[in-house]
Amino acid sequence: MDRSINNLQQRKVKALLLKFFVWFCGILTVGILIYILLFILLKGIPKINLVFLLGEYNSETLSAFSSIVATIQMIVLSLLISVPIGVFCAIYLAEYAKRGNKAVKVIRLAIDTLAGIPSIVYGLFGMIFFVNILGFRASVLSGICTISIMILPVIISSSEEAIKSVPDTYREGSLGIGATRLRTVFRIVLPTATPGILAGIILAIGRIVGETAALIFTSGTNVLKNPSLNLFASQRTLAIHMYMLAGEGLPHSRDMAFATGAILIIVVFLVNYATTKFAGRIGRLQ
Amino acid sequence: MQTRHSNINEIIMQAIFFLSALISVIAVLAICLFLFMRGIPAISEIGFMDFIFNEKWAPTNTPASYGILSMIVGSVYVTAGAIVIGVPIGLMCAIFLAEFCPDNVYKVVKPAVNLLAGIPSIIYGFFGMEAIVPLVRENFRGNGYSILSSAIILGIMILPTIISISESSIRAVPENYAEGSYGLGATKEETVFKVIVPAAKSGVLTSIILGIGRAVGETMAVVMVAGNSVMPLDQIGILKPIRTLTTNIVTEMSYASGLHESALISTGVVLFVFIIMLNTSLSLIKSKAQRN
Repeated sequence: MDRSINNLQQRKVKALLLKFFVWFCGILTVGILIYILLFILLKGIPKINLVFLLGEYNSETLSAFSSIVATIQMIVLSLLISVPIGVFCAIYLAEYAKRGNKAVKVIRLAIDTLAGIPSIVYGLFGMIFFVNILGFRASVLSGICTISIMILPVIISSSEEAIKSVPDTYREGSLGIGATRLRTVFRIVLPTATPGILAGIILAIGRIVGETAALIFTSGTNVLKNPSLNLFASQRTLAIHMYMLAGEGLPHSRDMAFATGAILIIVVFLVNYATTKFAGRIGRLQ
Repeated sequence: MQTRHSNINEIIMQAIFFLSALISVIAVLAICLFLFMRGIPAISEIGFMDFIFNEKWAPTNTPASYGILSMIVGSVYVTAGAIVIGVPIGLMCAIFLAEFCPDNVYKVVKPAVNLLAGIPSIIYGFFGMEAIVPLVRENFRGNGYSILSSAIILGIMILPTIISISESSIRAVPENYAEGSYGLGATKEETVFKVIVPAAKSGVLTSIILGIGRAVGETMAVVMVAGNSVMPLDQIGILKPIRTLTTNIVTEMSYASGLHESALISTGVVLFVFIIMLNTSLSLIKSKAQRN
């Protein structure tokens, strides 16, 4: 009897300890995030000024203007390439592909593989193929081509999920009133799936903005005095700008690396907010 | 007439959808082809054994030496360190989210985990360089650029992967497992740790493998905190600098040419083959879990 009470107490202590440990790890995770964010933002935000954002680049200003323009250019053009391909691929997988089809298995394996390839390997491939073999040189164009492949799995999987979440009754209704399959896809399925597809696109934007390893050998580390939309010029994006500044090791460049980091974190914030907003909308629809 | 017209449209569009789907396959094949095309000849020129099992990397010496064993070992060390740090915290956090977390706390922790996943590696690297490296330098020996700093940063970086996948696999464990356990008089904690988490083990394993993949492939965050010196095998230490496969590529590519450049691409090939092996083991686990 005594022993069993002891045993019970032991079990209770053990349970309490485990509970404490589990709570601790949950809070620790949030704590790490807050620490990283504050660390960069508190030192970075005071350093952001108009010259840094919109001025001419020189060793004094270390302006991010041309890198910001290059980043936006890269986002727009690589989305123009990958969104149609990704969404069409998702339509094929969700609407047309038959179950157990061999081709589908291969396609899914390829998408999974693309999603798992580290960005440095994309960078090497881009350097070999786009920069050297196709002769695009180190340029924004090479960067765009490389990045478009890299974000493809993100766009495909979120689009496919969004398309699959469209209720079958919508399709049946449309087919029932005599619409063709294609018309149903474009008039009913895609519009309903738009929020989910947008969430995927925004996620992809986040990846493009933060990417360094895949771009450093493709679009290069060059910085222009003034922004240029020349696709054949080698230009650094914002993330590479930060890497280069951090690597210079001077106090001033270090400050500006903090400032660039703060901008990147603000972008990540916006991206995250927008994604959950759109994703929440599909959630309600279901 | 109109139906025939739309029939043609249907066929054309269906072909376009299918071709778009094939692009991913073509991309994977192209990546394999061009990477191997540039990497394999260099490996055979250096000699496979001399490339993989030689610890001496001195591409600018005459005669040059291109052994990457030290970097392979380096990648293994930082990845193992990341797993040791990231998996316990991540798994506990996943258990917290799935089983113990009140709704209003969930609304804070879950978005935090998502945000952690969205932070670019350059930010992690810079944070590591400015916060973790000085911390290691002040509390231990050495200059702070070390295996330990890399492992800490990578451990944080794999947290979101571990947490989200483990959480959803814990949530997927059928309700009646827990009911059975409560019926036998087990406490909530005993039920979670002895019944639910073991039942979710294939999902947890998947999350760990994905975490390994992320840690092995990570470049920019590691290059900023690892110090990047090529260490002879007998001098590798947790507080000493290290060079990994990925950082070997990124530190030297900008000035490499000829066989040196090809050897760096071959380093990428080794990394790529390793990632493919991880992916294969992942799909094996998946198909095994589906069969059960």
